[in-house]
Amino acid sequence: MEHDEQQPSKAVDTEYEVIEPGHSYRSVTDHISAIVLTRKTPKTWLIGFGVSFMVLSLLLMSLGGLLVKGIGLWGVNQPVGWGFDIINFVWWIGIGHAGTLISAILLLLRQDWRTSINRFAEAMTLFAVACAGIYPVFHTGRPWLAYWLFPYPNTMGTWPQVLSPLVWDVFAVSTYATVSALFWYVGMIPDLATLRDRARAKGAKIFYGMLAMGWRGSARHWARYETASLLLAGLATPLVISVHTVVSFDFAVGIIPGWHATIFPPYFVAGAIFAGFAMVLTLSIPLRVFYKLEDFITNRHLDNMAKVMLATGLIVGYGYMMETFMAWYSGNPYESFLMKNRFSGPYMWFYWALITCNVLAPQILWWRRFRRNVTMLFVVSIIVSIGMWLERFIIIPVSLHRDFLPSSWGMYWPTSWDWMTFIGTLGLFASLMFIFLRLLPMISIFEMRTIVPPAEGRSKE
Amino acid sequence: MSDFHAAKGRLYGLMAEFDNRYDLLEAAKASYAAGYRKMDAFSPMPIHGLDEAIGFKDRAMPLLVLLGGVVGCLGGFGLMYFITVIAYPMNVGGRPHFSWPAYIPPTFETTILCAAFAAVFGMLALNGLPRPHHPVFSVKRFALASRDRFFLLIEARDPLFHVEATRQFLEAQHAKEVEEVER
Repeated sequence: MEHDEQQPSKAVDTEYEVIEPGHSYRSVTDHISAIVLTRKTPKTWLIGFGVSFMVLSLLLMSLGGLLVKGIGLWGVNQPVGWGFDIINFVWWIGIGHAGTLISAILLLLRQDWRTSINRFAEAMTLFAVACAGIYPVFHTGRPWLAYWLFPYPNTMGTWPQVLSPLVWDVFAVSTYATVSALFWYVGMIPDLATLRDRARAKGAKIFYGMLAMGWRGSARHWARYETASLLLAGLATPLVISVHTVVSFDFAVGIIPGWHATIFPPYFVAGAIFAGFAMVLTLSIPLRVFYKLEDFITNRHLDNMAKVMLATGLIVGYGYMMETFMAWYSGNPYESFLMKNRFSGPYMWFYWALITCNVLAPQILWWRRFRRNVTMLFVVSIIVSIGMWLERFIIIPVSLHRDFLPSSWGMYWPTSWDWMTFIGTLGLFASLMFIFLRLLPMISIFEMRTIVPPAEGRSKE
Repeated sequence: MSDFHAAKGRLYGLMAEFDNRYDLLEAAKASYAAGYRKMDAFSPMPIHGLDEAIGFKDRAMPLLVLLGGVVGCLGGFGLMYFITVIAYPMNVGGRPHFSWPAYIPPTFETTILCAAFAAVFGMLALNGLPRPHHPVFSVKRFALASRDRFFLLIEARDPLFHVEATRQFLEAQHAKEVEEVER
């Protein structure tokens, strides 16, 4: 009877399995924990971390410069008051969304293929949110006073304007960061206990022992744990949708042509998932090669992620189409001017590059042949990441640089400080990712055990 | 007789080891049917039905999370009301101070935040974690409970517990090994 309670190992698709055959509880545990515990730090890891850390230093320099001089170092001014800071904030926060989607929504939909990618996708979320958070905090100009954004009784007798989407953003992003961190940590507790039990070095035993908090796999604990995980997933699902919706309100509530559109919330959420899956692919393709995880992150995973990317890419394409249609249909001269300006204005190359990256490039994913071609998939995912960055460029400075009055028109070009900050956050992201890969299990071990076909049968009666 | 009581005094329970989850589940069911109540089962991953087999039903968690959500919702909405109507009323284009539709997004976020806190900290508190040491860790082979082995513990404080009888009972349940757990 109990054999039937769980047969996820019988994959729907006979060609692709979510885990290669021949694995047992033991082999899964040993393989994943060995990456963290027993193997020597690989040379490639050291090189990768070294390079990322150097790039991270760029961020520290650029932020240091900003603290000394102020945001005059950035390219933002009238009429374009939002430049790289907001583009990159939205870009990073969007990337984070795929992690939550994989860990929460796919958990609720009982998609067992998510198991091997959810841990590092969640880590990606957390690190992407950390990168995103830097921008608005430093854009305040006086980041040491950023706590003024939170409502608390203060001696100035003031309170934040909670009717403004910018303050909603503070609530949304800080909640998102907190809940993602909790979700990630709670998901890791049983695996930390595994590492505690498998570690040989005393320091590692203590380190993982502290983090595991005395987890012992009791049936009572598992029952509450599963309820908590399921409820957290149920909470994180509307949360992730609300976060990018609130981010889109930052624009949609404003009366700038190109921003003031009701399609923004769904279009932003789809774009976020699109960008996020591109980033998960960008990370998982090299990871499975370097750490020999092809048995766990199989072609089925890549194939499914490519399909999600294609679907969300089509929604984003629909968003572009509707923006253009509404510019014409609304009869608003400012809106139609904006669209003409996008098509043939000074930033037209950005727009056509965006269409190429986000609408045309993903179309090849209709063919299974290309979805199976790992190199092709990697290239497409990078193109999509670039495309989604361009989308934010098109939405933010391109909408702002032609103000209502031609006398207040201007151009926006990022300065070297802007570039240093942006490239620096890529370094921060990569450094955090490298540290995570070295210290924590990148694949959820206990969830992998649940999809291992139960080879060990029951004892003979 | 006195020997037995002394042994029982420092004994936490008996731990049976299984090499697959079906044997554990059946042993847990059999133990419950035999009248044992103070027991626990340990596995490297969640096993559906195991909690019920040892007579455990989780009722508190969903209620706790609901409570967290309600507190977050009322607290968030109350905070918005307090800020915009009582503490710092501002005239924005002649709109009413009590502009409740604009309270919804932040209220939603505080609801989720408090419910998530309730889920995580409630789960840890009800599970009695963090608890760095526990008698079960004194069994050397218990380290495998986080890899590929399955354990059933019958505690010494169970009224039916008897070192020899319970050991024989567990061995009859296809246990690979039965070990004494010291306090």
